Amino acid sequence: MSEKSAGTLAASGPGQPASKKRGRSPRIGAPRAPAGTLYRGNTGMWSWVLHRITGVAIFFFLLVHILDTALVRVSPEAYNAVINTYKTPIMGLGELGLVVAIGFHALNGLRIILIDFWGVGPKYHKLMFVVVILLLIVLLAGFVPRHLMHVFGG
Amino acid sequence: MTTERIEAPRSARAARSSGRGINWEKWGWIYMRVSGVILVVLIFGHLFVNLVSGEGVNAIDFAFVAGKWADPFYIVWDTLLLWLALIHGANGMRTIVNDYASTRPYFTLFKKNVSLSTIFKGALLASTVILLILGTLVIYTFDPCLGDPQSSGLQEICAAK
Ligand code: HEM
Repeated sequence: MSEKSAGTLAASGPGQPASKKRGRSPRIGAPRAPAGTLYRGNTGMWSWVLHRITGVAIFFFLLVHILDTALVRVSPEAYNAVINTYKTPIMGLGELGLVVAIGFHALNGLRIILIDFWGVGPKYHKLMFVVVILLLIVLLAGFVPRHLMHVFGG
Repeated sequence: MTTERIEAPRSARAARSSGRGINWEKWGWIYMRVSGVILVVLIFGHLFVNLVSGEGVNAIDFAFVAGKWADPFYIVWDTLLLWLALIHGANGMRTIVNDYASTRPYFTLFKKNVSLSTIFKGALLASTVILLILGTLVIYTFDPCLGDPQSSGLQEICAAK
């Protein structure tokens, strides 16, 4: 017997004492439902989903934003024409959405960094998520009315 | 009986199997965090100056940009913003491509198998490099007196030249 894999060792093969044979096969119970971990279910997972979605949204906006800003190298008219469309109500609401996205991504990004580097970060990850949402609400309370006034006049 | 050594899970195999090479994945991870902290300052400052202060978005036009880039402070600010944000975003997108895009051969190009993952990452790299070069050139070759200063409202400043 030279090469025996773990699998054949477990089963009783030729050369194994007959006494090792048992009448009943071992019962393996169903695994218990895994308790929530940092990244599965609940806060950890949903904050990650939001972080990913906002990251992608901001990335594609950045691509467009570099291109529209590059129009300052074409002509003042070209730049102003495109930037003026950013002052319309629909785009104004789009900017609002973008600020919400970047606000969440930035604050939650800081939360991720604290979880990674701060000793008790993982322990307080849920509390920190609540803080992220509260800070976001405070920031938006300052930003949203002012931006809406700029866009809709008032 | 011979026993086989099985490597401990989660060992930094990628780092060791490439010899004494640099662990790029680790430095990418660190870059996401370091750039993230700096970006919070850069982006919140950018949003405040452009969307909150003064007349907000309504104030933005060619002359507004010319005014900002007349100040080296904003040239440095915007250059950092461009490079840090675009590389952070592109590296984040690379992670997402690694998570979702197939690495199986999709088609053959010059006798080499190309996967969707490779295509996406190639597109990501190309667009990032092009936009970094374009954006940097725009900042450093900016000309406030480009075209007709009449339409940008900068005729007084540009008349002197
Ligand atoms: C405002 C400051 C920002 C902070 C603090 C921040 C922070 C972070 C952190 C900590 C990560 C996680 C990286 C990892 O898990 O390895 C991340 C991922 C990401 N970020 Fe940011 N980020 C910021 C701005 C941006 C910007 C401007 C963009 C877009 C251009 C962006 C796009 C992404 C993307 C696409 C990901 C990958 C998401 C994922 O893997 O699920 N982030 N960010």
